[in-house]
Amino acid sequence: MAVDMTGNLTLGPILYHWDTDQKRDFYARIADEAPVDTVYLGEVICSKRTPFFDAHLPEVIDRLERGGKQVVLASLSEVVIRRERKMMQDFCATDSHEIELNNTAGLYDIDGRRHRVGPLMNVYNEATLKWLADKGATHVTLPNEVPGTVAGKMAQAAADLGVGIEVQVFGRASLAVSARCYHARAHCRTKDNCLFVCEEDPDGMPLTTVTGQPFLMVNGIQTLSQSYVSLIDEIGAMQDMGITHFRVMPQVADMVAVTQIFAKRIAGDIDGDEGAAHLAALDLAAPLSNGFWHGREGHRRFGPQAA
Amino acid sequence: MRPELVCPAGTPAALRTAVDAGADAVYCGFQNATNARNFPGLNFTPDELAQGVEYAHARGTKVLLAVNSFPTAGRFGLWRDAVDMGARFGVDAVIVADIGVAAYVAEHRPDLRLHLSVQAAASSPEAIRYYVREFGVKRVVLPRILTIPEIKEVKSEIPCEIETFIFGNHGLMVEGRCSLTNYATGLSTNMDGVCSPAAQVHYDKEPDGSVATRLGDFTIDRFGPDEQAGYPTICKGRYLAPNRDDAYYAFEEPVSLNLARLLPQLIEAGVEAFKIEGRQRSRAYVRQVVGAFRTAVDQVLAGQEPELADLVALTEGQKQTQGAAASKKWR
Amino acid sequence: MTEIAQEKSAASGMGPGRFLPPPPLFLLQPVLRRVVRRVADLHPSLFDRLGPHRSAHFVIDARGLPFVLLLVPDPGNLQFRAIARRAEPVSDARIAGGFFDLLGLVDGAEDGDALFFSRDLDITGNTEAVVCLRNALDDVEGSIAEDVAGLFGAPGRAVLAALRRAGDRRGSGS
Repeated sequence: MAVDMTGNLTLGPILYHWDTDQKRDFYARIADEAPVDTVYLGEVICSKRTPFFDAHLPEVIDRLERGGKQVVLASLSEVVIRRERKMMQDFCATDSHEIELNNTAGLYDIDGRRHRVGPLMNVYNEATLKWLADKGATHVTLPNEVPGTVAGKMAQAAADLGVGIEVQVFGRASLAVSARCYHARAHCRTKDNCLFVCEEDPDGMPLTTVTGQPFLMVNGIQTLSQSYVSLIDEIGAMQDMGITHFRVMPQVADMVAVTQIFAKRIAGDIDGDEGAAHLAALDLAAPLSNGFWHGREGHRRFGPQAA
Repeated sequence: MRPELVCPAGTPAALRTAVDAGADAVYCGFQNATNARNFPGLNFTPDELAQGVEYAHARGTKVLLAVNSFPTAGRFGLWRDAVDMGARFGVDAVIVADIGVAAYVAEHRPDLRLHLSVQAAASSPEAIRYYVREFGVKRVVLPRILTIPEIKEVKSEIPCEIETFIFGNHGLMVEGRCSLTNYATGLSTNMDGVCSPAAQVHYDKEPDGSVATRLGDFTIDRFGPDEQAGYPTICKGRYLAPNRDDAYYAFEEPVSLNLARLLPQLIEAGVEAFKIEGRQRSRAYVRQVVGAFRTAVDQVLAGQEPELADLVALTEGQKQTQGAAASKKWR
Repeated sequence: MTEIAQEKSAASGMGPGRFLPPPPLFLLQPVLRRVVRRVADLHPSLFDRLGPHRSAHFVIDARGLPFVLLLVPDPGNLQFRAIARRAEPVSDARIAGGFFDLLGLVDGAEDGDALFFSRDLDITGNTEAVVCLRNALDDVEGSIAEDVAGLFGAPGRAVLAALRRAGDRRGSGS
């Protein structure tokens, strides 16, 4: 079975505001068909969206666990107002599942208990990694923009500390978060009065330059790359340098197929070229990029031996 | 309580200008990636910093050293050296963002006062308390996203001083969490201290007199012949979106923050230090803005209505905003 | 009414013509050479700040003058020359603005960003070199314009004072 061969393929949280039925169907299919061994669940981007899915969370967790997936709960990335602070406190009291923190407020609340550290926290060097590991971090996902040369050093340090190290290998790169909601702004509304207009764009709202060049994607308070990051060519090198986990981000695409391609690549059943060909055959909605990994402009894509 | 006026110094001459114009403290950085304004021709050599500290201290002004970018694995030594040099030269505090750098200061330079940079994005009492608890941070620079009631609430719940921005570039993205520049240029704000590197900014003049601003491969704005210009940053650009008829400022218009009118309320909220942004700006800017705010703060403290000098000509897009401070409708 | 408007446009649009009738270029070159030598001698640290951009060729276009200026701020090959507009050389960067705005910049009185925001300053070519030059000049204590005026003794200082007054009138009028 594919599931046995995956090693350490993970599925990141859904960053967009998909409606509840869409999410339930998505996770049911992931539970049954996707060769991932860990699924991160939770609303990371906007605290206003959380009520929609919270009621269904136990059911989805149960479904995924019955499918043999480990569930890790992911926290909010922006914690400012009272409600968000309370949510983070309650979140950090979770003892049923592993949790991933995406805001420093969580580091305060968790107070030394075991946790994971998400890609929206800034873990760029060994000193930060060691500090966090000493205070209960068991697993760290590196920021998107970290180049491979740095990731390799971090993997080494993580191995010495007994900490898992994860890198996003597929999906739009998160480039910025803000206090302001750009979805609301595009529709001449404010964040408090947004009417959840972000629901209209399940793969983000495109921003195109005045010359017609696709550039960025807006997801509420978050800005993402227009391109999908794909490190299918780099998986082998990443395994060699000791990256332990590979994260695929949900997009509006055949995600079962995407995870299957990456699982095969991680297992060594296909090489990078084959993986890239399989991805190309999926007719994805955006071009692929891997510039960050090569220490170059994030939007660019380099071939197997490039840079 | 008398709030400190914290002023930018991109060059030694700007430092002296700020000191002479009445700054209580100046902040500055070295000529490398250890600070978040790593721009060509800007910042201090070690000798210049030592002399700057001497000049400032002789006139009762503090010097705060910004070491507020994020070292990547293998490069930590550069940040460690910056902290060590600052300590040796007698700076009054270091402003840091990275947990590893904060831990280094707390462990190896326990007598060096630690300020938490806005780049650390500590926007809640819990996040701030984390840095106070773990590293003994004495002051936090608050993100420019809080309303005055929110600042007041934060202040009541944290055991350290607060510094807020009152004038200058109006950053929109959560600082320390933005890799837009890197996506377009291959240089990182967090890792290299660079935002919209000038080497990759191009102004293309078009026949009708308009100017297109390009960053790397992307056209981030186009100004008509008589339109005001802004900083060539992605977050101040104009783009097309499906439900908009024309290119629009998707993130923010080119405006500058100016909280001069809110000074009394900010003092009342318990803010200990007011920060003026603009290490990349000229001596002329420093002289005018620092002078104007020195006068305004002193007048407020004396119980007078502050006279507010007209600083609008110095602002981006020649427009000002009170940003998030005045109303959460801004969000 | 009409008269005032004419007076203003004479001061703003036409540059310093009222004060300095442009001499033939061959008379100008030795003066410019002396000016740039003087600045270089007084402020050697300026070149450290320029770093790799020392060898850049900057064209400075003060609108209203019949010529452009070429500046190569390389201490080993220092150049500052007036060149007829029709013979403008290839450059790495080009800075164009009103005479009084450019004077304000070297006088430490104007903020480059502010001029840029208001579109009074046009920059083309290597933006990094321009930013670097701007930052290097801005670190020069006092006023470069004053240093230069000092070269010409009392008459030089009188001309600068007159130019500053003209610039101020224009600033307050607009």
